[in-house]
Amino acid sequence: MIIQFICRAILLGVPLLYGSTGEIVTEKSGHLNLGIPGIMYVGAISGVVGSFLYENSCGNDIANMNPALAVLIPLLCAIVGATLMGLIYSFLTVTLHANQNVTGLALTTLGIGLGNFLGASLINITKSELPSIALTKTSSFFSAKLPFADDLGWFGELFLSHDFLTYLAIIIAIIASFVLNRTRVGLNLRSVGENPATADAAGINVTKYRYVATCIGSAIAGLGGLQYVMAYASGVWSNNAFGDRGWMAIALVIFALWKPSVAIMGSFLFGALCNANNYIQGLGTETQELFKMLPYVVTIVVLIITSMRKKREHQPPASLGLSYFREER
Amino acid sequence: MTKQPAIELKNITKVFGKVVANKNVNLTAYRGEILSILGENGSGKTTLMNMISGIYFPDEGQIFIDQNEAVITSPKDAFTYKIGMIHQHFKLVDVFSAAENIVLGIEDGKYNLKASQDEIKKISEQYGFELDPEKKIYTMSVSEKQTVEIIKVLYRGADILILDEPTAVLTPQETEKLFSILRRMRDDGKCIIIITHKLHEVLSLSDRVSVLRKGEYVGTVNTSETSESELTEMMVGKKIDLNIERNKPHDTADRLIVNNITCVDRMGATVLDNVSFTAKSGEILGIAGIAGSGQRELLESIAGLQHLSEGEIFYLNPKTDKKENLRDKTPMQIRNLGVRLSFVPEDRLGMGLVGNMDIVDNMMLRSYSKGHSVFLKRKKPKDLAMKIIHDLEVVTPSASTPVRRLSGGNVQKVLVGREIAASPTVLMVAYPVRGLDINSSYMIYNLLNEQKEKGVAVIFVGEDLDVLLELCDRIMVIGSGKVTGIVDGRTATKEEIGLLMTKSEKDGEENAND
Repeated sequence: MIIQFICRAILLGVPLLYGSTGEIVTEKSGHLNLGIPGIMYVGAISGVVGSFLYENSCGNDIANMNPALAVLIPLLCAIVGATLMGLIYSFLTVTLHANQNVTGLALTTLGIGLGNFLGASLINITKSELPSIALTKTSSFFSAKLPFADDLGWFGELFLSHDFLTYLAIIIAIIASFVLNRTRVGLNLRSVGENPATADAAGINVTKYRYVATCIGSAIAGLGGLQYVMAYASGVWSNNAFGDRGWMAIALVIFALWKPSVAIMGSFLFGALCNANNYIQGLGTETQELFKMLPYVVTIVVLIITSMRKKREHQPPASLGLSYFREER
Repeated sequence: MTKQPAIELKNITKVFGKVVANKNVNLTAYRGEILSILGENGSGKTTLMNMISGIYFPDEGQIFIDQNEAVITSPKDAFTYKIGMIHQHFKLVDVFSAAENIVLGIEDGKYNLKASQDEIKKISEQYGFELDPEKKIYTMSVSEKQTVEIIKVLYRGADILILDEPTAVLTPQETEKLFSILRRMRDDGKCIIIITHKLHEVLSLSDRVSVLRKGEYVGTVNTSETSESELTEMMVGKKIDLNIERNKPHDTADRLIVNNITCVDRMGATVLDNVSFTAKSGEILGIAGIAGSGQRELLESIAGLQHLSEGEIFYLNPKTDKKENLRDKTPMQIRNLGVRLSFVPEDRLGMGLVGNMDIVDNMMLRSYSKGHSVFLKRKKPKDLAMKIIHDLEVVTPSASTPVRRLSGGNVQKVLVGREIAASPTVLMVAYPVRGLDINSSYMIYNLLNEQKEKGVAVIFVGEDLDVLLELCDRIMVIGSGKVTGIVDGRTATKEEIGLLMTKSEKDGEENAND
């Protein structure tokens, strides 16, 4: 029961981990990308469209599908879709100096609208009775477990039974953490987010760093959307089922104090909190809704604690949300 | 041994729009020497140096480095010519350590912070810096930050160093330390160019002085063969009297009594700690201290703009002879008692004037409550504006020009003029000559002296210790929000004040116990 609860928490947490790792990379460059919910949504629907087309081209027999292609096509589609959203954001905020908050919120609206439009279109094509698309075959490739996981009892279930995107999420978070803190690129990126004028004077290309960080961050976040559809929802897409996971990912960034390594455990905690209501007996529907607030409550508590401790390292990047005009230096 | 020219400028001209910032400037700096570039604000010193360091590109003329023509189009190009500039405003990332800031942007080689730290320690030892490479910038003092900036350019291998007003933020002791480091670098064969407008520094540090006036090159003299008055004449173009008239205060009476005030800022830090002093009518009380030691909070407390956690401020009203506690009064009531604050913050406009409004409207900011109808009456403020423009020689196209378009010095004149026009009984001024040329500075000093003669209690927060010592009757020194000493302006020395400025809290207690 406890093992099952933890596994469920991890499954729920992984999209948040992708989203917040992506957002941390973006925010370290000084971009407050509030378009993350939209970007994750676009990542999800792009993956769905990709795998839908591939499944259809293979006919009805699962044996016709190449496992590598079945995984790679949606993966690539999700990355491309999300990166394009990141490009739009970067172009508007870096090149055109648009307000970051407004751009981000607009991108969220755009992403969700686009996702719902494409989702509804696919449902139309399949002429399905239910308002959803099932990509169970593709999903089975995504949620394939390690073959020997079942033989190892609780250990296998806890550590080895997850889909590969879960492991990828953790690996990406660790790599992001390493790059940010231990490499020259990371140092340069952080300096761009902290003080772009200083970075510029030191010969760092602020525009390039902001573009690249935002696009990579978006691509990572997009994978979160894909993981949600393919692993958590077993390949079933229905409009708006993604819910407020994008906002929760942004809350997780604050919770993790802009550290991807902290975000790993944080995402599992958030997953557990989201799921706790299902494991407590005798809750009415209205109390269940109260329980769903827990991740946000925890984030607020973390905000209060960090603002009381006043440690500069725990603050967001100093230039977060500010456009950089070279002429004003 | 003849000295090698490290850098030569030939007929450099730079124009911004219609303003000629530099016109036909010729300059040579040799290896193994310290060259001072002297000039008033707006004389084009910084523009000239920015062209050497790649921030601007000259419109005309050539730059030669080691006798070869050099084209410097970006700060990166400047690095390749081994030119390093230390800007007046530091370019550092606060949450990074010293070492991280120093290696930022260097692209060659492996990223190895440990090795860099060793290299930094080596440079520090070579020239006598004291720096912990792992210390975070936001925990550093201004002088430490400057050290980081200097090591940053040395780390990149610079052998031509340009320092823009390096002593503006340092105490006399820190300045002396910096100078000895610069001399050591000179002896090491580096070429050092220092931009300044402080004459005594020029004389004590540099080997040669080049003077600029209004963008034009006036000439270069050997420091050993010149004098303060000759340099001033070169700088200003005419002889001026550098002595401030200081009469003995007469008919003094206590005007403002500050008793043990303590003030805590929003972050929970104590910015004023148990401050007590008395300001007397008919005298100028100077306040000296490192920037950000609580000067601003002190003035704001008196003006009623700060919340005091402890202590009282009494005002002895000369009209009624009554003792009034300013702590229970609103800023408006305090102002109406005749306590006036003229604070010139670093951005000059922040407090006191509204940049987008013209001079007349800015006059009305202080008199809006005098009107009795819903419509504005501009007659009186306009007269006042014209009077200030005329009396203080404010350079402006008209009284209806937005204040933000005026130059820094003229903005200050408008601000100080407006406060003086209200015939105050207590006049508080902070940095009133910041950014002003010598002439305007002396005009402001004379205005303050006039107020003192009229029996006003003047509180003057200043940066330049020489001026404080020449102008003030008494000087109060504050360090980290505490009063570290009150000295007589006529007998105190600069070193004495410098020591008081840096006295740490612990020292303060020890001395108090003695």
